[in-house]
Amino acid sequence: MCAHGPLTPAQRDDLRAIAGVIIPASAEFDVPGADDPAIQADIVATLGRDTGPVREALDELARLAGRRPLASLDPAWREAVALELRATGGTAVATLTRVVLQCYYRDDRVVRSLGLEPRPPYPKGHELEEGDWSLLDPVRARPPMWRRP
Amino acid sequence: MNDPVDVLIVGAGASGAAVAWSLAETRMHILCLEQGGWMNPANYPSTGRDWEARAFGDYSPSPNIRARPEDYPINDDNSPIKVVNFNGVGGGTVMYTAHFPRLHPSDFRVRSLDGVADDWPIDYDTLVPFFEENDRMMGVSGLAGDPGVPPRNPPMPPLPLGRSGAMLAKAMNRLGWHWWPSDTTVATVDYEGRARCINLGHCTPACAQGAKASTDITYWPAARRAGVELRTHCRVREITTNEHGMAAGVAYYDGEGKEQFQAAHVVVLACNGVGTPRLLLNSASARFPKGLANSSGLVGKNLMFHPYAQVYGYVAEETDSNRAPPTCLWSKEFYETDRSRGFARGYTFQFGRGVGPVAEAVASEAKGLLPWGAGHHAAFRRLNGHRLGLSAICEDLPEEHNRVTLDPVLKDSHGIPAPRIDYRIGENTARMMEHGIARAKEILAAAEATDICVNSPILYGGWHLLGTARMGADPARSVVNEWGRSHDVKNLFIVDGSLFVTSGGVNPTSTIQALALYIADQMKQRLANLFD
Repeated sequence: MCAHGPLTPAQRDDLRAIAGVIIPASAEFDVPGADDPAIQADIVATLGRDTGPVREALDELARLAGRRPLASLDPAWREAVALELRATGGTAVATLTRVVLQCYYRDDRVVRSLGLEPRPPYPKGHELEEGDWSLLDPVRARPPMWRRP
Repeated sequence: MNDPVDVLIVGAGASGAAVAWSLAETRMHILCLEQGGWMNPANYPSTGRDWEARAFGDYSPSPNIRARPEDYPINDDNSPIKVVNFNGVGGGTVMYTAHFPRLHPSDFRVRSLDGVADDWPIDYDTLVPFFEENDRMMGVSGLAGDPGVPPRNPPMPPLPLGRSGAMLAKAMNRLGWHWWPSDTTVATVDYEGRARCINLGHCTPACAQGAKASTDITYWPAARRAGVELRTHCRVREITTNEHGMAAGVAYYDGEGKEQFQAAHVVVLACNGVGTPRLLLNSASARFPKGLANSSGLVGKNLMFHPYAQVYGYVAEETDSNRAPPTCLWSKEFYETDRSRGFARGYTFQFGRGVGPVAEAVASEAKGLLPWGAGHHAAFRRLNGHRLGLSAICEDLPEEHNRVTLDPVLKDSHGIPAPRIDYRIGENTARMMEHGIARAKEILAAAEATDICVNSPILYGGWHLLGTARMGADPARSVVNEWGRSHDVKNLFIVDGSLFVTSGGVNPTSTIQALALYIADQMKQRLANLFD
């Protein structure tokens, strides 16, 4: 199968469904699931060089689901298919999982829920506390450890 | 046809920049050819919301994943450690973590002291003035007084301890083991036109602030002001020789893909421990059928990587995570040989501060710590921002079966054969790694960390490319002499990590650059009889 070109509508549906299984929405933490439309749009828009292995993982997912849309399966079956996919392992499944995680954990709502600011590191940077340098005192007291040839 | 130059340097990275700057004072016509281009910090990952994701794509440390036009592929299928590098002005210093230890005095005398490998033809004291000069040029932050290393005076104060450093320091003090703030090339104060670090925390894939020293912002501006010419997007295919067995120049492809020839009186290779043997082997001719400068048969052999044994866990308190440079502390507790440990030589522990949320999610999912489904969110909040870790950077002894050759099939975008890596971790190093993992677990236990994870070796951990054109006094056992000149080709010099006779157990950039400055100094002292 060609590694290039966009995912088919059926593949996008399966991608959304498996993303929701990997990271479901949580009322407790007030966060969306990875099947959230904005997160899905980010995933699809930035797949790029990962499209090939993601397509391969989705093919495997479709096989495990008996060629039925993952979202159409009852929850128990859907979870069993997801567990089997995860157990399959390999580069393709790892890539699928990674693209879901990397888009989920840069979503503004999710980042804020972690107590972080939704922004790139530059230009604001971060504060780093100096720390207690008296911790070095016992090390300073040691004799030289390096060997003189 | 390009006009001949006095000195032609191949590669604009750590060593190429240093040797260019040093030789510039001779007022010779010096030209450097670099296969990559100038970097644009405005495009560095830390300027965008996808800053972590780009480490898996166009800012991957692996050239095979990154696959930029300036990268060449590397067949490292037969190696448990994959080669990582960066191609562009600045080379690997654009994409390094800025740890800046020096080799120890004992590293230059491993045969005499420990009966393994070979002694270097030079010693630590010879390099001291060049270490110091390089520390000034690169801008090193650190703290004098470390009993674990010879005296040195970093020009800038160390990075703060931070939360992570304090936790690790307390753990080390509980065990009574040595630790010290790492020497780094991260500017902790404004330094020579570089702005001080503001803790972007994403140092390795290039520093948008310019606080991390890379040679495109340290040596190169000074070298170009002094008259050195730097020609980018020029990929050298081979070094040509004349009827006297001297280097005549190089054949290269320019930015438009057109083949060019550049004549030179002196050729200096600064292409790292994979690129340099690749170029020498690809310069085979009727006069040099085994490859250029290879009468010893050692070009490409004795490849050393520094296998890393990484161990990390999770603590209840918040760590600095990605909100600080990853460089933090080092420990020399297990650096010098102690035969009771079951191996010769030793390793440095380098301690980290943690990782960002995407890196944490990807790694902990792969380790099985982060579940799919309902338990995901609670588990992630326990892990994210709570990681504490360290790596044993283990001395790799030279073994001839670990080598770089030319791949018979794989080629780069110009049709030049790609390097092939055949490497396996030696028994001594494997024992060292096991020792390091066990001690690291003790350290993490002392820090009350749980859910301990081990990556040994780090798969994409082939940062340090060493030993493949070693220096020595004996032409039968080395590729270049004690001041970097080829034994076989009297106007051919090597200044990169290929020179290393042994690897030591530290990040090598400081020593690579000190060696480059030393060789440049030797050349300047011998200009009247350089080829004798």
